[in-house]
Amino acid sequence: MATDKTNLQLVVNGILNENPIFRLVLSMCPAVGISTTVMNGFMLGIAVLFVQVCSSCTIALFKNVIHPRIRIPTYTLTIATWVTVIDMVLAAYLPEAYAKMGIFIKLIVAFAIITMRLEMFASKESVNASFWDGIGMGLGFMFGMMALGFVRELLGMGTLLGYDVLGFKPLLFFVLPLAGFFCVGLMMAFFNYIEIVYKRAKRA
Amino acid sequence: MNTHTIRRILFSLVLLLGLPVLAQAQALIAGQDFGKAPNEIVVTFAGEVDRTTVENPANYRVYEAQDPDILLALESVALADDQKTATLTFKEPLNARLSHVVTISRLAEGGEGASFTVMKPYLGYLFSILVGALLINNFVFTKYLGLCVFFGTSKRKDTAKGMGLTFTMVIVVSAIMSWFFYQFILKPYGLNFLQIVVFIGLVSLTVQAVDTVLRKVNPALFNAFGVYLVLVIANCVIIAVPLILADNEYKFWESFMLALGAGGGFLLALYLMSSVRERMELANIPQTFKGVPIAFIVAGQFALAFLGFSGLTLF
Repeated sequence: MATDKTNLQLVVNGILNENPIFRLVLSMCPAVGISTTVMNGFMLGIAVLFVQVCSSCTIALFKNVIHPRIRIPTYTLTIATWVTVIDMVLAAYLPEAYAKMGIFIKLIVAFAIITMRLEMFASKESVNASFWDGIGMGLGFMFGMMALGFVRELLGMGTLLGYDVLGFKPLLFFVLPLAGFFCVGLMMAFFNYIEIVYKRAKRA
Repeated sequence: MNTHTIRRILFSLVLLLGLPVLAQAQALIAGQDFGKAPNEIVVTFAGEVDRTTVENPANYRVYEAQDPDILLALESVALADDQKTATLTFKEPLNARLSHVVTISRLAEGGEGASFTVMKPYLGYLFSILVGALLINNFVFTKYLGLCVFFGTSKRKDTAKGMGLTFTMVIVVSAIMSWFFYQFILKPYGLNFLQIVVFIGLVSLTVQAVDTVLRKVNPALFNAFGVYLVLVIANCVIIAVPLILADNEYKFWESFMLALGAGGGFLLALYLMSSVRERMELANIPQTFKGVPIAFIVAGQFALAFLGFSGLTLF
């Protein structure tokens, strides 16, 4: 079974229609835990993009030799291998960012989004399609994280990427780690609202 | 085993536990404990002692029981007005998890010295790890882990209980296995970089094993809990706990307590959340907030409430 979508459609699908954070509601832990700044979101996004693309391609390559009954452990071990790679690379070359990310880099291994994409997509499609689907999902996750980081950094500290934009701090509350819950909830409600308005306008 | 044997075992146990107390009573030291500040040890002497001798830091040798070679730098010693209680202040904070050996070369000019060990009561320490993982550092509300499964399975109380119990079971088993692997295979052979692969592999193994065993041994239980087993592996907490154990070099019982606390904390969070969400189904919520968005806001409020536990210290 091959997908009939073009590569571009696959990428856009991951970013908009099936955005991992806001539409599929998967991998919420980092979305709440460390989306305090845009930079954090970007760094973790890069890591997830790398792991998603590499494991999607690996599974798509080997899909015919994996016994269906042990497929989930196989996926997990594949992801764990790639996570180890990115974990060691980040620890060696970007120690500061790595320290900020804390345990979350290692926890990519348990992010539901990656396993789900392997099960739903890469285990059925060609390597090429899986590659672009992985890119789309990774970018979707990265944009979701950066959007959250954008709101929280702007409202919480009045800065963007560390530069002072507003000159004052509107709502310090948003920097608190637990404000991630409120932030994700409010942003989801906002997107739902846009969708409802859009549908109403279409009908009228 | 007859009653006589049991009595004998009990007697020797009491003797074993009681001996240190007997040995201590003979010494010149009446009591010792860690002080309020992280860099203090408080010593209570049996009788009044000489102020100039006791307040001289040169008379003390303090080290952690596992590294006798590394002496801890003593800043000052202050004797209270009753001439019995001395507070030892160190330059660096002490690690209260380890036992510290304090040797005083002499208590009075020309008098004899004393040596004793300072450590926290171990059971109390274990209990504080359990309560810490359960409430103070609840994995869901203060560490923001395991949220996918948390929001997915907290719609109904029954599901919440099933998921929470299954998860606690699996996490305790897999954390203990991870601990053994880490202490006896990864660490001695310098394979630390394989942590993630080994730990997640052990978790998948545990889940697969529990699945197979439960299916054969107790089909009724499998029907009730089988669906949650697959979800266990998508929960970040299950891999976070072994990583924390490895980072902090926890011992066996400490690991067990942390895993139990993590599982119990997850169960508690799920149950609280499902109670609220069952009520919310009947409430009149704006359409844009229905479903997941309002669940996030409620979780945020729970997290705020759990902030109240921070600063809670036990033992």
